[in-house]
Amino acid sequence: MESLTTRAGMWFALLVIALVAAALGHDFGFSAQMTIVAVAAVVGLWWTLTGSKIDALGNWRRPVGSETDYDDDPVRWGVIATLFWGIAGLAAGLFIALQLAFPQLNFEPYLNFGRVRPLHTSAVIFAFGGNALIASSFYVVQRTCRARLALPGLARFVFWGYQLFIVLAAVGYLLGVTQSKEYAEPEWHVDWWLTIVWVAYLVVFVATIIKRKEPHIYVANWFYLAFILTVAMLHVVNNLDMPVSVLGSRSYPLFGGVQGALVQWWYGHNAVGFFLTAGFLAMMYYFVPKQAERPIFSYRLSIIHFWSLIFLYIWAGPHHLHYTALPDWAQTLGMVFSIMLWMPSWGGMINGLLTLNGAWDKIRTDPIIRMMVWALAFYGMSTFEGPMLSIKWVNSMSHYTDWTIGHVHSGALGWNGMITFAVLYYLAPRLWGRERLYSLRMVNWHFWLATIGIVFYAASLWVAGMMQGYMWREYGADGYLVNSFAETVAAMWPMYVARAFGGLLYLAGAIIMVVNIWLTIAGKQRDEKPLTSPAYNPAADRPLVSQPAA
Amino acid sequence: MSWHSTYEFLRHMADSWGLLAMTLVFLTLALWPFRPGAREHNNRAATMIFEDRENGQ
Repeated sequence: MESLTTRAGMWFALLVIALVAAALGHDFGFSAQMTIVAVAAVVGLWWTLTGSKIDALGNWRRPVGSETDYDDDPVRWGVIATLFWGIAGLAAGLFIALQLAFPQLNFEPYLNFGRVRPLHTSAVIFAFGGNALIASSFYVVQRTCRARLALPGLARFVFWGYQLFIVLAAVGYLLGVTQSKEYAEPEWHVDWWLTIVWVAYLVVFVATIIKRKEPHIYVANWFYLAFILTVAMLHVVNNLDMPVSVLGSRSYPLFGGVQGALVQWWYGHNAVGFFLTAGFLAMMYYFVPKQAERPIFSYRLSIIHFWSLIFLYIWAGPHHLHYTALPDWAQTLGMVFSIMLWMPSWGGMINGLLTLNGAWDKIRTDPIIRMMVWALAFYGMSTFEGPMLSIKWVNSMSHYTDWTIGHVHSGALGWNGMITFAVLYYLAPRLWGRERLYSLRMVNWHFWLATIGIVFYAASLWVAGMMQGYMWREYGADGYLVNSFAETVAAMWPMYVARAFGGLLYLAGAIIMVVNIWLTIAGKQRDEKPLTSPAYNPAADRPLVSQPAA
Repeated sequence: MSWHSTYEFLRHMADSWGLLAMTLVFLTLALWPFRPGAREHNNRAATMIFEDRENGQ
């Protein structure tokens, strides 16, 4: 018996609980977050009361979807959320890059580097990347299963619940609510909320696979499923901690010392491996063949790629803890598995690139394909750079320098960013029933701005990181270190400015994308010259008449 | 068992039988699509995403 009263009552109860928790909260950050939950409950209550349909007896009528078409509303919302959080996250990144070059921009306490930096990383990885993953997975799983999304109500809960998680985490960072673990900064109460949302996501995804009409589960769904399952496991284990009070944001972790560090980097590296790699490879395995209009180069290779990533990635985390208190064999194990990981990564890259066999001209004529190819090239480049940096001998120089940040960004901007942009361009006209994008030439502009931005960003941080690493270890004839830390910082200033400029270009490209997709959704088409047109010379387009001899 | 001997036991288990078992499971899964008669199945799986053309999706 589902009545409107029950549903409204649930929202009201949540509102009361959140208000009580906000009033009794032990710290300001916790109270602020609970106030946001209360606001979300008010919105939910208002939406339930005004948007619901009731029958003559006042009973709530469950919205029914037609099984003859796909449930794309959560995908459409996801595309818009991805655009929004993408701009927010990139702008935050540009801001902190400028803070490093111009320290006067550290506005204490809420907008200092230490608080905005996790805001940037979470916004680009979890808000931009996460929304792209959730939206594209809902799109792909329906198409490859030839079945409408299962549990539509729960799917909507996943979307909105995930946005609430993002807002709670972001507000917490600025107010100083953090457990100080990289990529796992949210405190225990926000972690619990994400766990609930994530389990709901898993249920929707698996339920859709179960009701599939297509006997085979396409390989993209394997990657999505590995991403969802592994992230659930990583998130829960890394956030096993005991809150000081149920009404406060502070908690203490179960694991301490080097165990805690290993669990954190087991989590941290597999967040890269399963969030930023497996999930985005799922996009690659569906959208690259679709955009190229030819099947994946080798389905067998995709299966080998899948199992090799799964079996190898999970062991690579200890390479973040070289030359620490972690047992030496564990460091070596992390290094060996990281190096082995190079091969399946390149296997996957080759599989994606060779999908274009016989259609390489599309790189010239189709800017979306060009973005995908560029993303795969960067996937290959950063999966070569990563194993190299994991070698202890290299790591002793590169670790703790800006080379690491350069590496992360060549992967994040080049691989994750570019493949996501390509997928958004693919989805926008299809989801809103438009004939084509507003402008392909603007996609071209986006491509070049992003590419030049990445070159500025990565090249400047390669130089900065190597210089920093070698300056740190330089010692003179008397055996003392030559450079103080502040001298290395001062020496990196030009590179920091170049890096911020690269970020500005990348953000500018993303803004062009937002305009392009916005106008596509509005149903407009730009009147523009096509990207290619075969050469035609009217003067030569006539019969050859023999000339009389002079 | 003391904490230290538990550690030693698990550590030696991991780099002997554990490693062997994982390698065998991995090889089985990776070689599975190469079994005789799988070619047809792989081709069908790879081209399945294009079967929705008439829906305009």
